[in-house]
Amino acid sequence: MKSFFTRARMLSLISTGVFFLSWQGLAMWLNSPVLPDVIHVAQVLWQAIISGELPHHLGITLMRLGLSFSIAMLLGCAFGIALGRNQALNAFFDQWLVIFLNIPALVTIILCYVWFGLVETAAITAVVINKLPNVIVTIREGTRALDKDLLEMAQSFRFSKLKTLRHVIWPQLHPYVMAATRSGIALIWKIILVVELLGRSDGMGYQLHIFFQLFDVASILAYTIAFVAVIQLIELLLLKPLDRKALRWRR
Amino acid sequence: MNDFLIQIHNKTYPDKQHPERAHQAIYNLEFNVAQHEFVCLVGPSGCGKTTLLNIIAGLDTQFDGQIVLPGTKPAKIGYVFQNPRLLPWHTVRENIELACHEGIDARILDDLLETMQLTRVQQSYPEHLSLGMSRRVAIIRAFAINPDILLMDEPFVSLDAPTARQVRQLLMQLWRQRPHTVLFVTHDLREAIALADRIIFLSNPPMHVVRDIPIPLSAKQRLQESPIEQFRQTLLSQYPDIARLL
Repeated sequence: MKSFFTRARMLSLISTGVFFLSWQGLAMWLNSPVLPDVIHVAQVLWQAIISGELPHHLGITLMRLGLSFSIAMLLGCAFGIALGRNQALNAFFDQWLVIFLNIPALVTIILCYVWFGLVETAAITAVVINKLPNVIVTIREGTRALDKDLLEMAQSFRFSKLKTLRHVIWPQLHPYVMAATRSGIALIWKIILVVELLGRSDGMGYQLHIFFQLFDVASILAYTIAFVAVIQLIELLLLKPLDRKALRWRR
Repeated sequence: MNDFLIQIHNKTYPDKQHPERAHQAIYNLEFNVAQHEFVCLVGPSGCGKTTLLNIIAGLDTQFDGQIVLPGTKPAKIGYVFQNPRLLPWHTVRENIELACHEGIDARILDDLLETMQLTRVQQSYPEHLSLGMSRRVAIIRAFAINPDILLMDEPFVSLDAPTARQVRQLLMQLWRQRPHTVLFVTHDLREAIALADRIIFLSNPPMHVVRDIPIPLSAKQRLQESPIEQFRQTLLSQYPDIARLL
């Protein structure tokens, strides 16, 4: 088992190396400002970090990500469990879900800005509205798949509602919550950039907009690398340990 | 005075394919259970024994009749299901502790675990246990809440004979230490004779009581095969109608 992991890790290291080498090779061969080479991008990235510009904008975007993600997950879990447990409620709201799932992200963003003005609340609301239906649908499926035997056990042993939620329902929903979290972070990242590009004067999206106007490809790539690195860190430091902790009981 | 009264006039299930036809599961079923009495319910499989236990446990409220359980209100019910139904993300010990809402004295729990020979695995997760062990955990969980009535739904089914015998003996040991009122469902007459103060024979659906027979064997006789087998033969010759309920 152990040797498999090191082998997998080796492979992923090699594959990352191959990726950057091909980029470097292609850039040297093209020799054009549309694709700067790795070293140049690394220099730009370093400059952006020590000037404080990148941490500032990245921080703001991360704050928006955290806030809208938390709101969407909280509401999504509550509604998802409610819809999964109550057939009448589900029959009523199912059509709403279908509608909201199919509204393009751009439309919600524009409407939020038109209705609430170019303010922070509008930005966060737009992201939440985009993400919420996905969370609800995922958690609803998880709730429908709950083990009835265990729920009966909880009922016959007179578990309180809170105890049932915490010890019987929540652990069963965990894989669904993790799935919603992973797809959620990936989706929200992308939507937030558009939100910032359209109506905010800070954040990664705003910066990328400026770089686009200046045709500054090196900065765009530098910001993208910072981006991907942060997401990988979240996965590695937050989600993976959560997975391990929650699944330690498995055989 | 402290008897449990089970009185079900009528229990029907809607037939899914033909909604106008209802399937009658239980009809005019009535019996009492004295406090600390061990009663076995014996009947053919599919006759509605599990339905009856679910009604008593309050899991099924769609019936016409009454269940009168003395003691605390609402009555504390220890249910040992056919499958152990342990929470797989909690250890053996946590599973038992979770069921005890007012908490449980650590020494009492240690004692229960020891009686059931589970001390060694108390920190293990249920997926790492054998079926026989999981069943014993489920039995402790039901005893630990100090219930007004203990419901057991064929807790030894699909165990191999030696394991079943071992768990049965451990159960009897536990019950003698902490007497509780028990309703024990089985379709194995030998098992019922070995365990019960009284056996209630139930019919095919619509289920009702066919015979209600006290078992006068001593604790010592119950440990041996021959007195049990002898009693079984007497029972079958005396009441030939129960043979078709087994």
